[in-house]
Amino acid sequence: MPYAMLIDVTRCVGCGQCRDACQTQNEQPFSDAEQFSQDQFNYVKAVQVEDGERYVRRQCMHCEEPACASVCPVGALQKTAEGPVVYSADKCMGCRYCMVACPFSVPTYQWDKRAPQVRKCSFCAGRLVKGEQPACAAACPAEATVFGDRDELLAEAHRRIQEQPDLYVPTVYGEHEAGGTSMLYLSDVPFEQLGLPVGIPEESLPGLTFKVLSKIPSISMMWGTALAGTWWVIHRRMTLAADGSTPPAPQSEPESTTSAGRES
Amino acid sequence: MKVRFGFWRIVLGLILASGLFATIVRFTRGLGASTNLSDQFPWGIWIGFDILCGVGLAAGGFTLTAAVHIFRIERFKSVVRPAVLTAFLGYLLVVFALFFDLGKPWNIWHPLVMWNPHSVMFEVAWCVMLYTMVLGLEFSPMLWEKLGWTKVLRAVKQITPVVVIMGVILSTLHQSSLGSLFLITPGKLHPLWYSPWLPVFFFLSSIAVGCSMVIFESFLSRRAFKHEIDLPVLVDLGRVALVALVLYAELRFLDLQSRDALQFIGFGTEEGRLFILEIALGIAAPVLMLAIPRIRKNPGGLFTASTLIVLGFVLNRLNVGITGLQASSGVRYFPSWMELAVTISLVGAGFAIFGLAVRHLPVFAEEVHSARASRPLATSTVVGDVPCQRVRWVWPGNSPVASASGSSSPSVGSDSFISASKGRI
Repeated sequence: MPYAMLIDVTRCVGCGQCRDACQTQNEQPFSDAEQFSQDQFNYVKAVQVEDGERYVRRQCMHCEEPACASVCPVGALQKTAEGPVVYSADKCMGCRYCMVACPFSVPTYQWDKRAPQVRKCSFCAGRLVKGEQPACAAACPAEATVFGDRDELLAEAHRRIQEQPDLYVPTVYGEHEAGGTSMLYLSDVPFEQLGLPVGIPEESLPGLTFKVLSKIPSISMMWGTALAGTWWVIHRRMTLAADGSTPPAPQSEPESTTSAGRES
Repeated sequence: MKVRFGFWRIVLGLILASGLFATIVRFTRGLGASTNLSDQFPWGIWIGFDILCGVGLAAGGFTLTAAVHIFRIERFKSVVRPAVLTAFLGYLLVVFALFFDLGKPWNIWHPLVMWNPHSVMFEVAWCVMLYTMVLGLEFSPMLWEKLGWTKVLRAVKQITPVVVIMGVILSTLHQSSLGSLFLITPGKLHPLWYSPWLPVFFFLSSIAVGCSMVIFESFLSRRAFKHEIDLPVLVDLGRVALVALVLYAELRFLDLQSRDALQFIGFGTEEGRLFILEIALGIAAPVLMLAIPRIRKNPGGLFTASTLIVLGFVLNRLNVGITGLQASSGVRYFPSWMELAVTISLVGAGFAIFGLAVRHLPVFAEEVHSARASRPLATSTVVGDVPCQRVRWVWPGNSPVASASGSSSPSVGSDSFISASKGRI
C-alpha cells in the first residue's frame, strides 16, 4: 500500500515546524528561504491572497509515475513500493535530465561540489521502513500535513470538500497531476495563486516518452530490413551489369590497361 | 599569406588557451564556478550546442554513407569521406563535451551496466557509444590506406555494407532520440517547440543539415586547401536538403496548427521573435534559394543557402534546448564566458583536426587513389596531392602567384583526370 501525505492549506498556520524538522532530519543548516536548494528539501511560502495570507509548503511530490525516475539513464532514481522516490548517488552520472524532466522543478544540484549529487526530499524513506511517519508530518502541530495510506487520504480529502463545499476548491491537487502524486493538496484559494505549477498534464509523463521508445525495436528491425534489401537489390543489379555480356565499356577498359601495364 | 597563416594560428591558440583555463576551473571548482547553470536551469549551451548541434551537424555521415554504399549513388563518392570524417570528429567532440557537462563524468560508463530502457537518455548513451564505434570503422579506411595496410583495408571494405546499415539505423535512432529527450517536458517547453513530433522533426532536419554541412565544408575546404569541388554533386545534395527541408517545414506548420500554437508566433515575445528568425533564416530563405535552379546551381547561392540551413539548424536546437525552456524556469540563462570558451575551443579543435586529417589522410582523394590502382596515368596524378600540401591555407585571391606557381602542371593532371572520371560515370 503506497503512502501519501494530505496537505490542507486551510489548516496551515505557517509555523515552519515541518521545514525545521526536515532540516534536522537531513542534518542541514537552518534556512527559511522560500525555494528549494541542495540544503533545503522543504520550504514554507507565505502567499498573499485577497483575504489575507496563505502558507503553502513545498517538497518533492513523489509522483505515482515519476518523470525523474523514468528519464534517469542509469536508474539512480527509483519509485519504491511504499511511495517515496529515492535517489542513489553511487549510480548517478550527473546528466541532470531528472531536473529538466520534473514537472514540479523539485530536484536541485550540488553545483559547488566536485562530485555533485542530485538533492531532494526522500519522503523520509528510511523512517517509513521503520514504521515511523515522515519528520515533517510528525512535527505538524495543526494537522495541516497528515500522513497515511494514499487511497484513504484521497477519500478523506474528498470528504472534506463535500462537507465544506463553500470553503474548498473542489479538486485535490495531486490526484491527477502528472498521473497522480503522493502529495495531495487541499486549498480554499485556486492552486495557481498558491504558486503550485498548474497546467501539468494529467496523463503519465513517462508514457509520453514510452510511446516513442517502445516503437524502437520494430522500427529498427523494419528499417534494417528495408536498408539491407535495398542494398542487396542494387548490389545484385550492379554485379550482374558488370559481369554481363555487354559490360559498360568505360568500366572494363581501364582495368585491362592496368593489367597490361603491370605485366609490362 | 604568412600573416594570414600566423593570424589563424594565434586565434586558435588564444581560443584553446581560454578553453584550457575554463577546463581547469570546471574540474577543480565544479560546474557552479564555471557555468551559469542553476537549479532552475540545469541544461545550458553544453547540451544545447555541443550535444544537440554536434550530433545533428554530423548527420552528413549517415546520409552520404547510405547514399553511396546502400543506394550506390556513385557520384556522391567524392564527398562521402569528408562527410564521414566530419561525423566521426563531431561524435568524438560530443563525447568529449559530455565529460564537461556530466556532473560525475567518471560514471559515464554506468549506462553500460545499469539499464533503464524507459529513459531516452539511456538510448542516447548507447547510440553515442555504438555509432562512434561505427564511425570509427567507416573512417578507418582513410587510415589503412595511408598506412598501406591493404589486408585490413580489404577486410573493412568487406564488411562496409553491414557497418553502413548499422550506422544508418543507429543514426536514425540517435537523431530522433535527441528530440524525444524533450517529449517529457510538455508543461515546460514553450508550445512553439514542444510537439509530440519532436523526434521526427529532429530526424528530418538532421538530413537537411547533414547535406548542407557537406556542401558548406566542401566550399570551405576548397578555399583552405585548394581542392577541386564537384559542383554538380553538391547541387544534387542541395536538392536532397531542399526536399527534406520542405517536408520538415510542412510538418512543423501542420503540427503548430493542430496544437493551436500558431498564435504564439509574433514579435511580442522573445520566443516569438526567435521562432520567426529560426524559420525565416533556416527554412524560408534557403528553401526559396534552393528552389530556384539558377541560384541552386550557382556556387555562391548554394554556399549561402547551405550556410543558412546550418545556422537555422543551430538556432532551432538552441531554441529547443534553451530559449523554449526559459519562461517556465523563471530565470534567464546566458552562458558564462567559460562555457563559451569550452564550446568555441571544441569547435576550433574540430576545425584544426579536420585540417590535419585533410592534409595527412586521403580524405578528398578517393578518386585520385582509385585512379592510382587502375590507371597507368597514376604516377602523374600522385603529384596531384602535392600542391594541396604546399599551398594549404592560401585563400583565393590572396596570393595568386604562389598558388599558380605551386600547382600549375600537376593540377592540370588531376583536373584532366577528374573530368575523365566524370566521363566514365
